[in-house]
Formats: sequence, structure tokens, C-alpha cells
Amino acid sequence: MMLSRPLHRLLPLRQTPVLLALFWLLLAVTGPLIAPCPPGEVVSSTVFAPISSTHLLGTDYLGRDVLSRLLFGTSSTVLLCAVATVMACSAGTFLGIMAALKQGLTDTLLSRFMDGVISIPSLLSGLVAVATFGSSVPVLVLAMACIYMPGSYRTSRMLALSIVRKDFILSARMRGEKTGYLVLREILPNMTGPVLADVGLRFIYAVRLLSNLSFLGVGLQPPQTDLGSLTRENLLGLVYGAPAVIAPALTIAILTVGLNLALDGKGQRQ
Amino acid sequence: MSLLPPTAPPPLISVQNLSLTGHRGRGPETPIVTNVSFNVAEGEMLALIGESGSGKTSIALALTGYARQGCRISGGTLRVAGHDVLHMNARELHAFRGMTIAYIAQNAGAAFNPALPLMEQVIEPALVHHIMPRKEAVEQAIALFELMALPSPHTIGARYPHECSGGQLQRIMAAMALITEPEVVIFDEPTTALDVTTQIEVLEAFRLAMRQCGFTGVYVTHDLAIVAQMADRAVVLKNGTVQEEGSTGQILTAPTQPYTQALVAASEPHTRNHDPAPASAPLLDVRDILVGYGGTTPEGRPVHTILNQVSLPVLAGETMGIIGESGCGKSTLIRAIAGIQPWSAGSMMFEGQPLAADINLRSPQQRQHLQLVAQNADLVLNPAMTVQATLRRVLTFYGEDASDNAIRHILDMVRLPAALASRLPTQLSGGQKQRVNLARALAARPRLVLCDEITAALDTVVAAAILDLMMELKRELSLSWLFVTHDLHALRSVCDHVAVLYAGHCVEFSTITALQTAPHHPYARKLEASVPEMRPDWLDNILRQHGLKQDKSGPAPASGCSYMPRCPVAAATCALTPPPVWQAPSGAFIACHRTAQELS
Repeated sequence: MMLSRPLHRLLPLRQTPVLLALFWLLLAVTGPLIAPCPPGEVVSSTVFAPISSTHLLGTDYLGRDVLSRLLFGTSSTVLLCAVATVMACSAGTFLGIMAALKQGLTDTLLSRFMDGVISIPSLLSGLVAVATFGSSVPVLVLAMACIYMPGSYRTSRMLALSIVRKDFILSARMRGEKTGYLVLREILPNMTGPVLADVGLRFIYAVRLLSNLSFLGVGLQPPQTDLGSLTRENLLGLVYGAPAVIAPALTIAILTVGLNLALDGKGQRQ
Repeated sequence: MSLLPPTAPPPLISVQNLSLTGHRGRGPETPIVTNVSFNVAEGEMLALIGESGSGKTSIALALTGYARQGCRISGGTLRVAGHDVLHMNARELHAFRGMTIAYIAQNAGAAFNPALPLMEQVIEPALVHHIMPRKEAVEQAIALFELMALPSPHTIGARYPHECSGGQLQRIMAAMALITEPEVVIFDEPTTALDVTTQIEVLEAFRLAMRQCGFTGVYVTHDLAIVAQMADRAVVLKNGTVQEEGSTGQILTAPTQPYTQALVAASEPHTRNHDPAPASAPLLDVRDILVGYGGTTPEGRPVHTILNQVSLPVLAGETMGIIGESGCGKSTLIRAIAGIQPWSAGSMMFEGQPLAADINLRSPQQRQHLQLVAQNADLVLNPAMTVQATLRRVLTFYGEDASDNAIRHILDMVRLPAALASRLPTQLSGGQKQRVNLARALAARPRLVLCDEITAALDTVVAAAILDLMMELKRELSLSWLFVTHDLHALRSVCDHVAVLYAGHCVEFSTITALQTAPHHPYARKLEASVPEMRPDWLDNILRQHGLKQDKSGPAPASGCSYMPRCPVAAATCALTPPPVWQAPSGAFIACHRTAQELS
């Protein structure tokens, strides 16, 4: 009875966002494998063709299969952003908890540094990074990781501040435990819920930033595609109401808004 | 069981088959209170006795027609002073709550609005219900302040809540409840959060108010000694059901139900410490510790002192008790010994080695041999770690055997079943958590365990079991305990030596046997006299002896005895020079200007 109640309560809450995230990751990994055509091949003489049985989402401005390109684009957007988010959140969370734990000078230095980073608009930092180091996958991922680390740092520092005051941290410190153990074993397990929700939010931000950069033409460069660059290259099709431009835009919306709503729903039900 | 004679008037409060249910989050409904029935006659005081979770507060709240969030009144009838409480609409309830029934909560400090002067809040019920004009309400409030023996009753209403002590706030809250002259007053553990010396003042004030205003009362408490003083009849509750009902005298002297018997037995003072510690070299020697805050004066002393040159030897294998009211510095002393509170002067020796002020500068062995058990087990156990993970970490950290067997052995030591090892702290009861808390300290194989009010948050029966356990472990493991408490009964039953702390000074240091014989420091005597006894006439005797006193308080003299403002035997010299320490014939060390003959 005692065990079944919390599980019964927790499972439906955790399911929706987790399932949604798993679905997108699965699509990102398998998408390129199930794509009907190679992404760069011109398969039709009609440009901006409407939905048909041969090309489920029509063709783009060069007559390439939109569905195949969309699957490749989704894959790169989701994977790139996922890697950047994981990097941002692991570094941010670790540093945040450490700052809360150490306090004093460590906390002040880290917090002021993070405040400095967070004060620059994310799109501007992204543009500067690309302008300085050129546009490549590692530069984009690292730039996104750096841009979203301070947010994660702040959230986890606030969460950890209330935990480090608890007596069990005091007793672990009195025992003489190392910082690494305190952060990973004593504090982190007590804030997994809010931290995971924060990871989801950072992922949404990252998708938005990458799509913005690509839409501006400084993100992923051809022949690589992502959702932002797909929208941009087919922008002309808007006049014809072509699915080539609507499909990637809609995918960005479904990805970000869907995850956001799922996370919100989780918060409300708690 | 007293059967009402046929001519008696109907009871003022009548509760029939009351049931309450509640649920956590979206979980299923579980019963909190089932089938509780009792009557209270007019002018009578009924005590609801029970440990935490017994449903006593839920019943008290139900009398006002209120159920806490997530709870609901699922059945039964409630009649209070002619009102059918469960079938009133919002407007009727509003009038009923202000004028017919009043509620005095446990923590008055949290019940007042910190941004409003007290008078505004005290007269608010009278104004809201349009009982009397403002001027009259203020006069009424001042009369009640006088009745409650509050200092300067004419001006205290202008103060803000933070300018009053906890005991004063509790009495002001009683004045607020009584201003509408309700027929029924509910007291929900009004003195539980107070020190004994303050509690007695509040109890005296309540007693007088009861006599003068003649209301009918329901007194919710877990303390049988208070029941003996305040109530005419008592209802004993356990897990939401009535265990026993009867007159206070019968419940306290001849309980019939096993649960009541256990409750009475746990409340009676008795000695647990049967074999006194052998005389030996001090295990821990605290010398002239000075702790303070707020910068240093030119003489190198802190501006505000918390502990003023406290010295304390703790012998190997003994239990040392430290007692004092809240704010006397007893927790600070424990924290200083534990190495988490820096001190500005003095020294400590542990196992013959000097003990550094900072825990990080102490040797691993010193850390292992000196363990702290904190008051609140909810905060001490990591909610994300199972019992065995917590214990295993301590064992592996100190390089001890961390097998399942070793963990089972430690759980066995604190009398917990091995099946609990895989549970999380949230799945344990309060007493079990405190045992795991003890086990965590014992896993380090300590020589000295510092206990900071470890029984304060526990129910009487559970606390008694923890004290028993402490003494068993002392015998089995030849441990020393440093036991900090404000509960004189607990102190007497387990300790070999006792230090009485007042305002950061050790005013008396004696063996437990010397504590039974005069002379005593005036504060120690006051402390002793304030502990409620189970005799029903105890409070009346005290009231008869010296009447209702107003609080004596004032700033402590800059140099001189810090107890002087409250001391009944203070002389002129007390304000000028610090009191000398002398040894009484009983062996006790007392810090007072008065001589042994004067204090006996």
C-alpha cells in the first residue's frame, strides 16, 4: 500500500513528456533510414508540387522529395539540440549545485559570470559565434551549450540552495564527504523532477535558436539540412501554398509547443 | 463514565458518530476519524488527548465547521450551543465562528499578521461581527490583557507581533478569542511550543480566564500533566477512534484501556539510568567557551555573546544533560562542540587531544568518534536515499564492514526490523526516523554522541521508547551522551550530570542526585517548579501560593548576573559584579551572589 501509492501517483505525470521526448528521439534516429528518397536527389520536374501519392508532402523548389528532406532535417535539428542541451544542462546543473554548496567567493564569481553570459541575447551570441568560428556542427552545438548553460545554472542553484540548508547535507559535510559526492549523490537525486523539466525547456529554446540561425542562413550549411533551413529555402513556395514550406514550419511548431504543453501539464497536475 | 442525571440540561456540545475522511493528492480517501461521539456540558472543559495523527486537531476543527484541505466531514452530527454545525450555510457559519465558538491555535507567532499592531487584530472579531463599537472593544481588550496578566496592558496593544514574546502572543491570542465572549473556546495545544517557565504563566492566565468568563472549552493536547490541570473530563483518541472517556481523575489514576495505561506510564517520571557512570578522566573537556556574533569590541570580545565562558567536562561512559529555555545557547554549545559553530575564545579537549573549532581541521578519527544527532529527523535523512543506502555510506566512509549483515546488526541495535532497510524516509513513522537518525550516528562507532532535543518532536510514548533505547545503548556500547533538552523529566531520567544554562551562562552544574537536594540557583528552582505535575491541584497550589504574577523582565545588566531582572532574590550587588561560583554541600556548583544558606 505504502509503495504502490507514490508510484501510482508519479507514473501518469512522468509519462507524457517522457514519451513525447522518446518519440522525437526515435524519429531522429530512424528518420534517415526510412526516408523514401536520398535527400539531395532531384526526383521530379515539377517544383513546389502539391501532396500526391508518389511524393507524400510534394516537392521543393528544385523538385526534391519534401518528406525525405523533412525526415533528414528533423533528425539533425533534434539530435544537435539534444546534444547541446545535455551539455548545457549537465555543466549548468553541476556548477549550480556546487555554487550553492560552496557559497562565498565561488558562488559570487560563478554567478556574476553566468549573469554576464545570460545578459547577451541568445540569437546575438549565436550570430557572433558563427561569425567568429564559421558555421559548422561542432561550433553550433558548443555555442548553444554555452548560451543555455547559465539558465540551467540559475535554476539548479536556486533548487540546491534550499537543499543545502537541510541537516543531511550538514551531516555529510561533517563526515568529510567530497564535493563531487555531495553534488551527485546527496543533492541531485532530491531535485530530479524540476531539473528534468528544465532540461525540456532548454531543449525547446535550443530548437528555436537553431531554427532561427538556419532560417537566417548562418546555421547548418547545404548539403546538410535542418528544419530552419528547409523553411527558408522553400520560402518562395508560400505564394503557391506549397507543403514544402508549411511542413517544416509546422514540424518546428509541433515539436516545441507540444513539448512545452506536456511539461506545463506535468507542472499543473503536481 | 459519568451518566447525566435525567434533569440535567442538554450538553452544550454534542458530537455523535463523527467521521472524517481525507486523501493525499489524487489518492483514495482514507478515514481520519471514525465514529467519534462525546458530549460536553455547559461550563465544562473537555480534553482531547492523543498523539500526532490521532485526529484530535481534526475533531477540534470540525467543531467549528471546518475541515482542512483535502479532508471532509463524511458523517455524523455536530451540535454546538444549539447550532447544527454541519447544516449551516456560509453566512451562518461566519456568524457562528466569531460569536459562538473561538479557536486558539498552537503557534500564536505564526497566527498574527506581522504588519498590523496587535490591538487592531485583537478587536477585529468584535468589529467584524458588529458586536460593539470600536471604543468599547478597545476597553474590553485592555480588560482582557489585564486578566491575562500581560505587562503594561494599556500600551501593549500598540506593539507589533515581533515585539512580544511567544508566551505573551499566546495570551494575546486568547484575548482575541475571548473578546466576542464566545460560548465555546477551543484550545489547540496552546502551550506546546513554549518553554516550561513561560508555559506556566500562560496556563495560569487561561485558568483565571476560565473562572472569570465561564466558557465551555475543548482542550487539545498530548501532555497529560496539562490535562490534569485544565480539564474536567478527557477523551483519549488513537488513530481516529475513542479509546477511553472519563473524568480526568479516572483517566490519569485508573485508566482501563491498555493504550491509556501506556500513555500514563510514559508520562510518569521514572529513572532509566540505573548504573551511574564510573568516575573517569573527561572524554570531552570544554573550557571557557565564548561564542558571539556582531563584530568584536576593543577588548576582543564579541559584541553580542551567545555563550559566555561555559566550561563542561563530559566523562567517559556518562550521560551529560544540558537544560535551559529557548535562546539560552544550548544548541549553540552543541554546534560548537560538533565543529559547525566557530568560537572566539576557549578550548576543547577530546580524547586527550585538542579539538579544532572548524570541523575541516579535525582529524578523521575525531570526526568519527564525535557524532551529532539533530533534532528534526525529517531534515537529517536524505529523502532520496533508502535507510540502507544512508547507513552503508557511513560504514564505507569510515572503512567499516558495509555488508547487509552489518546493516542488519545496526538496525537491530536501534530495535528496527531489517525489513525497513529498503524503505525511504518518507515511508517511516516519526519514531522510526529518529531511530534511523540514531543508527546513522552509531554506524560510525562513536565515543560521544551529541543529541540536540532528539525527543522534542516526538509523542510521549515514542519519546519514552527513544530514551529507553539511549540508556540500553549506553550500557551495550559504553557510549557517552551529551543530551540537550528543555524537558526536565527526560533529563532526570537519563542523565548523570546536569548543566543548567541561562542566557549563555552555566548557572548550575551538578550530579543528578544533587539536583534533588537544595540549595539551587534561583533559575534552576524556577525551572523545576514550572514543570507541570500530574496532580490535579498542582496549578491551583501555585496560584494560591503567589497569585498571578506579571512577567518580570528587563534588560540584563551589562556586568553582573544575567538572571537578575527575573530573579526573586536579587540584591543590589547582582547588577554590578558577575556572580561567583561556589560549591554547595550537595556537590553542585552554583553561580550566584547568594550563599548556600540563603538559597536553601
